[in-house]
Amino acid sequence: MDAVATVEQEIRPTLRRRFSAALENPTFLGFLFVAPAELLLLIFLAYPLLLGLWLGLTDTIVGRDGNFIGFQNYISLVHDSTFWLTVFNTFLYTVVAVFVKLVLGVGLAVVLNRDFKGKGLMRAIVLLPWIIPTALSAICFWWLYDSTFSGISWTLIKLGFIDHRINFLGDAWNARFSLIVANVWRGIPFFTIGLLAGLQTIDPDLYEAAEIDGAGSWARFRKITLPLLMPLLTVVTVFSTIWTFADFQLVWVITRGGPGGATHIFGTLSFQRAMSGGHFGEGAAISNFMLPILVACVFIAFVFLRKED
Amino acid sequence: MERFGSKVIKFYMPLVLYLVFLLFPFYWMANTVFKSDIELYDLELNPLYIHNPTFDNVVHLFTQTIFLKWMWNTFFVAILATIISLAASLLAAYAIQRLQFKTSGPTGVAIFLGYLVPQTILFIPLAHIIFKLRLWDSLWSLVLTYPTFLIPFCTWLLMGYFKSIPKEMEECAMIDGTSRINIFRKIILPLCLPGILSAGIFCFTLSWNEFIYALAFISATTSKTVPIGLVTELVRGDVYHWGPLMAGALCASVPVALVYSFFVEHYVAGMTGALKE
Repeated sequence: MDAVATVEQEIRPTLRRRFSAALENPTFLGFLFVAPAELLLLIFLAYPLLLGLWLGLTDTIVGRDGNFIGFQNYISLVHDSTFWLTVFNTFLYTVVAVFVKLVLGVGLAVVLNRDFKGKGLMRAIVLLPWIIPTALSAICFWWLYDSTFSGISWTLIKLGFIDHRINFLGDAWNARFSLIVANVWRGIPFFTIGLLAGLQTIDPDLYEAAEIDGAGSWARFRKITLPLLMPLLTVVTVFSTIWTFADFQLVWVITRGGPGGATHIFGTLSFQRAMSGGHFGEGAAISNFMLPILVACVFIAFVFLRKED
Repeated sequence: MERFGSKVIKFYMPLVLYLVFLLFPFYWMANTVFKSDIELYDLELNPLYIHNPTFDNVVHLFTQTIFLKWMWNTFFVAILATIISLAASLLAAYAIQRLQFKTSGPTGVAIFLGYLVPQTILFIPLAHIIFKLRLWDSLWSLVLTYPTFLIPFCTWLLMGYFKSIPKEMEECAMIDGTSRINIFRKIILPLCLPGILSAGIFCFTLSWNEFIYALAFISATTSKTVPIGLVTELVRGDVYHWGPLMAGALCASVPVALVYSFFVEHYVAGMTGALKE
């Protein structure tokens, strides 16, 4: 007994010492520190990403493992007119919304990039649409787009621009543009605040020099502001493109993909097929169609940023 | 006079137009909350103005629905997810930025790439996993999955902060014989408190706003988070409770707006800092 106890006493301190010595080794400590984050991301991000690829090749339904069925999900999607409408909608939504956000976001950043009273307050107000939970502001837009009680219709009628109420969400094209407006509304702050930081780093002397040379404000914007802002502009645009392309909640809350499936985008269609319909395999296949585009976006961003470095 | 005119066209007019566009939905929301149903559905009245303000909708929200329970659920998930993500990100960011172990570069890039994977791609396989783990309808499904989009962003943000702390401080401490763990605890952590605050605010607001996971993994009324509860429980078939819905949207936005208004500068700094990296 005694012998064992003394051996233990001898081992323990050396073990502890060894452990604290290992903690001084940057490689060991590095792996130890990174482990929690990596484990969480491996289990709940990397694994699901691969599992999604696999699910797309199976006929899995909710709560039950499916069988491998090859590319059948993809083949049936290619013959599905709703799917092609979804592809069209997603691209329309992404291209138009990102472009408008870019233009309006840059515009607002330029407007705010001067010294005036209440600048801080203005910046805080501008960020509000970005801060407020999207689902909640989407509810608000949903109500604002009501076919009978919309304040927009009422105002436009009173101002004499239109003579009957706008059917915002009942008509396919109206619904698509209503969604784009809601998305633009939410996304402008991200562009503006992101770019404002870049604008503030531009040396005012450049503008002064250009003004002396007789450059107008448009020329100054194009020849000085835009080129200097380009790297930041690219990052912000790529991020916004990814988020808009993979959007879900705005469309889900405002139209549920309606009327008659006319406003489905990838996110909402896959949700409808997988969660409401229970067809996990088919839903996963729809999501997987997003991957190539996302990879392309990320690739472009990386290539561009490398070049800048 | 000329200059003032040009200032109006180039500055005040666009500013006012932007403000009207950005604030009108909020006005519409607040405007609806304090109207009675009779006024709300009267087509003759001016809808932009409240004629007889009432608190009926707010009362309805708090007495006829379990709004407070949803708020509590959201708060519970947001706080836990924030703590988990902050702890994991702090350690990871420090290791990647400062310990310079063999694979620290690739690890940093890999974690950042995680930020670019949208939830829309992950929710179906995740739902499958959550089902297997028997976490369906449990708030823990959200606590465990939210860090997947919080950690990448936080790690990236905190790496920027660690970069700004001079290396000499650590080197001096090491010469004095301080262990690496203690350097991290006693020197690094206090110094990057502003960074931790920014990251924490981001985590909290992002968790509060999360929608698709909560919609996919939770179907029991009592376990719903605020956005899900409002969207799914206050709309029954064709009956829309617009008044209480708007009251809910307004009330559920308050915590986020409060957190945000106190830390606006941190928020903006975090956002722009992360973009510049």
